[in-house]
Amino acid sequence: MTGRGVWFWIGAALFIALAVALALVVRNEYVFFAGFVILQFIVLATAWNILGGYAGYVNFGTSAFFGIGVYTAIFLLKAFSAPLLVQIGVAAVVGAAMGLGIGLLTLRLRGIFFSIATVAITIIAETLIINWKFVGGATGVQMLRPPVTPPFDSYIKMLFVVLAILVVIAVALARYVQDSKLGRGLRAVRDDEVAAESCGVPTLNLKLVACAISGALMCAAGAPSAMYLQFADPVSAFNLNYSVSALAMSLIGGTSHWIGPVLGAILLGSTQQLLTVTISSEINVLVLGLMLVLFVVAAPEGIIGLVRRLWRRVGKGSP
Amino acid sequence: MALRLAATGVDARYGAVRALNGASVTVEDGETVVLLGTNGNGKSTLMKCLMGIVRPVAGSIELEVDGTRHDLARLPTEEIVGLGVALVPEGRRLFPKLTVEENLMLGAFRKSARAQIATNLAFAYEAFPVLAERRRQLAGTMSGGQQQMLAIGRALMSSPRLLLVDEPSVGLSPLLVSQTITKIEELKKKFGLTVLMAEQNFHQAVRIADRGYIIVHGEIAFEGKTVAELQSNEIVKQLYLGGG
Repeated sequence: MTGRGVWFWIGAALFIALAVALALVVRNEYVFFAGFVILQFIVLATAWNILGGYAGYVNFGTSAFFGIGVYTAIFLLKAFSAPLLVQIGVAAVVGAAMGLGIGLLTLRLRGIFFSIATVAITIIAETLIINWKFVGGATGVQMLRPPVTPPFDSYIKMLFVVLAILVVIAVALARYVQDSKLGRGLRAVRDDEVAAESCGVPTLNLKLVACAISGALMCAAGAPSAMYLQFADPVSAFNLNYSVSALAMSLIGGTSHWIGPVLGAILLGSTQQLLTVTISSEINVLVLGLMLVLFVVAAPEGIIGLVRRLWRRVGKGSP
Repeated sequence: MALRLAATGVDARYGAVRALNGASVTVEDGETVVLLGTNGNGKSTLMKCLMGIVRPVAGSIELEVDGTRHDLARLPTEEIVGLGVALVPEGRRLFPKLTVEENLMLGAFRKSARAQIATNLAFAYEAFPVLAERRRQLAGTMSGGQQQMLAIGRALMSSPRLLLVDEPSVGLSPLLVSQTITKIEELKKKFGLTVLMAEQNFHQAVRIADRGYIIVHGEIAFEGKTVAELQSNEIVKQLYLGGG
């Protein structure tokens, strides 16, 4: 392992330790309700960036994967009373399979055509669930939380820690992809797909792998949501907001590095939580839109690009 | 014969537009064959057909490697690269936002090329020292000549036996064109390559060619068994030499 790798894992361990410590010490449950959502967005944005950022394939299907994750958990719970970790694990497998399948259907399309096709996926998935009575159909479904596992004293705190672990898994995967041959191939696809192909880069395979990893993480992020709200209905589970948020957070953070979506999700996620408490939840979308416009105009390479530019300026300024 | 490329009666279309009309080209082991023609006559399309990027609607493309025949019209591009065919595309088609070294590494994406990666990288840097100096620079920020070198270097990374070069002269100054062509000849000798080069710069191309074809409106209008035959051809005189 290189020096950087060691620091990454030390950081990850500290992050999980911090999450556990918070869960054991802090009494106010609101912190965890809000924190859960922010962590969930970190996973979603990180997952989105693997295909959307590295390969440049802008995917509007995040909410489809997320919703399928939610409903995978609900199905497992209703049918087998499966525990939380099983729900998440199976959701990841379902997400990977879904990513592969959808990838095979859509990844031959390029640019804007791919993006349009992914919008349709959410609608298809939502329609399927609406017509599936077992998981509640259009009216939705209510669930009771099972008893909480010690050492946690509330279910929501446990979910918070589980999400923290998911964040580490997602970021570690994104980081691995970025530094690997797969990442280099995906960047080549983004830069010039035809050239990549004529070099012998198996572009379709790489995109499929990226789509499967991304889909697995998105579904895994959706699974704990069922227990978070104790209620799910198709309209909120497949809400287009997830697609737009994941995309906006990645773009605002910067797509060229794994840290970008993390920063974007923290910035936007916490702003949204703050606004929900202080003003209203409706204003979230407006703020999201405004910030996206602001960044696209002023800092097209996101926070990462801004920092790099500042870094260079400082570097030049010093003798 | 260790290596032989034979494209026979290749037809290719872009929608309703006919780009190739029964074009036939052969390249024997160790030759440098030049495909001459002005813009829009199908040179690049033929190159793309050979790489599996454009699929011909009729005709066959066969590559014989050490006694085994492969149908290039059916194989996916990455397998064609795996057989030892590499393309230096027209307009270079580098990855502008990736570094020089990343560009080179992408030329060796195939598993079969991975064992050779260190050797080939060293060769590429030896052949083009400027690439070694600029290995961390973004490819898009280099000059045209340097980019052409990088494009050739990238193609060499897959340990090719047949090198397809599509219009190396595009966008380069006359001096650089001459240097690039000389370099191709040099590399050919060094690596024992077989070369098929599409070019519109007649005088530069025939400097290193053993023989060549003239392509007009997607058809092979003339096949010159020697450079002298090409030079004395009426079409060439019309197109390039200003005579009639």
